[in-house]
Amino acid sequence: MIRRKLFVLCFLAFTACVLGMRLTAHADAYEVFKGLEGTLKISGGTAHIPVMQALAQEIMTRYPSIRISIAGGGSGVGIKQVGEGLVDIGNSGRKPTDEEVATYGLKVYCWAMDGVAAVVHPKNPVKSLTSQQLQDIFSGKILNWKEVGGPDQAIHVVTRDEASGTREVFWEKALQKGAIRKDADVVPSNGAMKTAVGTDPAAIGYMSVGYVDETVRALALDGVEAGVQTVLSGKYPVARGLYSNTKGEPSPLAKAFLDLLYTPEGQAVIAAKGYIPVAK
Amino acid sequence: MRTFLAAATLAAAVLPLAILVFVTLLALPLYNSFSFADLLTGHWDPMHRGYGIFPMMVTSFLLAVSSLAVAFPVSLGCAGLIYGLAPPVVAGLLKRLVQVMTGFPTVVYGFVGVFVLVPAVREVFQQGSGRCLLSALIPLSLMITPTMTLFFADAFTAIPREMLLGAAALGADPVQRFVLVVIPSAGRGLAAGTVLSFGRALGDTLIALMLAGNAAQVPSGFLESARTLTAHIALVIAADFQSLEFASIFLCGMVLYILTSCAALLAWKIRTSFGQGMS
Repeated sequence: MIRRKLFVLCFLAFTACVLGMRLTAHADAYEVFKGLEGTLKISGGTAHIPVMQALAQEIMTRYPSIRISIAGGGSGVGIKQVGEGLVDIGNSGRKPTDEEVATYGLKVYCWAMDGVAAVVHPKNPVKSLTSQQLQDIFSGKILNWKEVGGPDQAIHVVTRDEASGTREVFWEKALQKGAIRKDADVVPSNGAMKTAVGTDPAAIGYMSVGYVDETVRALALDGVEAGVQTVLSGKYPVARGLYSNTKGEPSPLAKAFLDLLYTPEGQAVIAAKGYIPVAK
Repeated sequence: MRTFLAAATLAAAVLPLAILVFVTLLALPLYNSFSFADLLTGHWDPMHRGYGIFPMMVTSFLLAVSSLAVAFPVSLGCAGLIYGLAPPVVAGLLKRLVQVMTGFPTVVYGFVGVFVLVPAVREVFQQGSGRCLLSALIPLSLMITPTMTLFFADAFTAIPREMLLGAAALGADPVQRFVLVVIPSAGRGLAAGTVLSFGRALGDTLIALMLAGNAAQVPSGFLESARTLTAHIALVIAADFQSLEFASIFLCGMVLYILTSCAALLAWKIRTSFGQGMS
């Protein structure tokens, strides 16, 4: 009986500790929203949505007087809507052009980077490709791994669907907007890409560096390894920033939200969603 | 009560039509820039303003018809065994197995396909990545066979005993009775089961999406990567709402809708003509 009581007591103490830790860990970053109220409207790039939704949910649960709405639409829509004052924050998966910044008086915040790496099966001996070789492989000019120093084996090209932001970055910056062969397999997500490439020794595909693990190997491009460090330093070119833009100085609520993206809690969410957090 | 039933019937009749109107309207942005014929016969190349869905139509049709071609004889055989060609114990077991198989979610077939079938096809044929029509065809046939078998078996059971007794009196053994009397008399049921399965095969998304490779090309063989209408919808649905890519998925929906409707009408036609032939 006593043992049982002791057990219950220990359990309660443990739970209280865990709860207490959770509360203190969060308290600092979300504190800034205390006393704020109103509606925050966000729209634009779709890559931003998972991160922003996670943060918005947490904020709205803690401070019910704050409402945050998040819409997609794409980078162009985000910039246009914030510029015309329709939303408070406009997201874009590219840096707004100088012209856009000048016309709308935009203030630009870059809070994450997303790198895209060409990936192969871990058993593939090819470790690095030049961008010319990569373009030729994806366009179908190079058909066999032996032409780029691999085994005598036909290359299986895997690409992403038309709606993929990952595909857009890779196509623009790694393939220089070159053709992608018509008979390439198409997979619907970064996860499906990992399965497709990880189970086929002759496959080549590409994915967000956040998704690369031991089941696939990221290829170096022109001798530059694709990784968090090289993306951050700007050495690895197939990357993009995730941007949020405001028209002029942000409102207090918008400012609190944008600041949250640079706190340790915000950066943990960004990393959890597969992107590389960027310091202010 | 009558008015209530009439209203319910009307609603049930109007809803499907409303869906057709809905998908047609949502595909409108496409018709503003391209002719309908171009969209149906053109190729998919959104980077160069090509929004045709011809390759997907061919693939969907090819995959559905070929999986029927595989599943039909198998189902006919299985239904025959269940009906009475096999010893009762075996027939019972087979029927139970088939019943269990009808409930398998397609994602299970897809998953097993990704990790077992695709590598196997790649190894055996040494051509391409293994994600191809054949890899989708096998599980798709497997998926539609149980429904077809049960449908066929039901159709066989519905045949009047007198006809069988008559055939037996003329000296026909069980196999002869099955081939010469049962199958020809079960025409309606066979047609109904086949059309139902055609609809299922045409409408299945996951198996094709996971196993067929999804290249938007007209396949020239069963070892080529290809994309069905349903997989196309699943792949493009995340695109911007305003984009023409997004509008094209409604065109796909419309084509799927019309194809299945045609199949159902065809089945109805077959059934009525069989009915006349028998009476």
